[in-house]
Amino acid sequence: MSVRCAIWSLFAASYMALAALAQPVPPAPHARFVVVLDAAHGGDDTGGRLANGQLEKSFTLAISVRLRSLLAARGIQVVTTRDSDVAVDPVKRAEIANHAQALACLSLHATESGSGIYLFTSSLPPAAPARFPAWRTAQSAWVTRSLKLTGVLNSALLNAGMSVTMARFSLPAMDSMTCPAVTVEIAPEQNAGHETTAELSDKDYQARVAAALAAALLEWRTEARQP
Amino acid sequence: MIPRHQIILFALLLVASLAMGATLWHLRERAHQRLLAGQDSAPTSAPAVAPAEPAALLVANDSDGSILTQLHSLPLPADPEARARAVLGKLLDLYAAPGAAHPVSGGASSVTQVFLLPAPEIAGAVPAAVNSKNKNSRTVVILSRESRARIPGAPLQDARQAEPLLAVVNLTRSFADNHPSGIETEMLTVLSICGTLHANLPRITQVRFLVAGQQRATLAGHADLTRTYLTGDAVPSDRAHP
Repeated sequence: MSVRCAIWSLFAASYMALAALAQPVPPAPHARFVVVLDAAHGGDDTGGRLANGQLEKSFTLAISVRLRSLLAARGIQVVTTRDSDVAVDPVKRAEIANHAQALACLSLHATESGSGIYLFTSSLPPAAPARFPAWRTAQSAWVTRSLKLTGVLNSALLNAGMSVTMARFSLPAMDSMTCPAVTVEIAPEQNAGHETTAELSDKDYQARVAAALAAALLEWRTEARQP
Repeated sequence: MIPRHQIILFALLLVASLAMGATLWHLRERAHQRLLAGQDSAPTSAPAVAPAEPAALLVANDSDGSILTQLHSLPLPADPEARARAVLGKLLDLYAAPGAAHPVSGGASSVTQVFLLPAPEIAGAVPAAVNSKNKNSRTVVILSRESRARIPGAPLQDARQAEPLLAVVNLTRSFADNHPSGIETEMLTVLSICGTLHANLPRITQVRFLVAGQQRATLAGHADLTRTYLTGDAVPSDRAHP
């Protein structure tokens, strides 16, 4: 009887060991690279009206979908704040980003004013991480990394031949995100003589912007994985 | 032969007509006097008689995203609130002018009031700072330095020795509704207003915005108007160059 019990115990232990080996090993926290794409506006919040009559909410969604495809094709996990024409308030956007525990959060906007690409980082002063950060200033602990992400985006966009303006400003959703967060505002492309060379409706321009952002995020993934 | 009763009726109608005419004349004179009295009490000459003083306006430019100081000579009232409204009115007049580098319709009438209150100690305020802008290494503008530009001829005033003030800028609904939508353009409007207030009234260290007397979430969909903006503090410029 005792021999039978010992055999069964041995069999059960072996089975459990094999089952444990068959299960995928959960990735280490630093190895999980998630990008949050926040297409601005949506639903009743149409955003600005662009030159060709297109609404900003439609443009940002189109760029978000295009960028998500590019990132997914490179094996990057993407979380979006909206996939359709629905209203998402800034609090919900920040909640989605914070739950994703992403290593990059991009809010996508568009404007007819100015030219080129604008990169906005939170104007909150850097602060040490806190166990319970204040909601409206949660980005403080991430500002330093957000600025590094801005630098990577800036380099990639400049390499793609685009003009880039970097600035710091307070934006409600971004200031509550607990991830490296940058707001990207896309404006028509102009040359040195302030002549428009690419409208926002230009599909090639949209593709170039999305490709440059994807290249930047690939570079950022490499930097983020470095200890 | 005219009957007697018709003569009497004619006479009565004639007297009534004359009486009504006299009454109308009297009422007209009274209305005219009332109008003149109202004109006398209208405060129309106060801004014009105020002495012209140099005012520093931080004027935004959409083409390069810069905010640069321009000096203008304006008749500025002595009252700080009226003074703040006057400089903002001039700033918005520049934006409403044809060919403006930062076109925003509305003009001086877009600022309904500017209230100045003792600045509270707040934890949620954020620097109203563009800090730096770097567009293909073309332009570097630091708002905090621009906004601290002294006006030539103005008395040197140490803002730290005076009581700091919170400026509440009440904008019209039409100004906000017609403002171009976009983070950059809205940011430039907010920052140029904050910087202009601080440059001309250094005691103003915080700015809040109302639209038609009410709190509004954003200016035109982007710039947060629920926050208190700090005019004097700015993140050092090197932080904007990752």
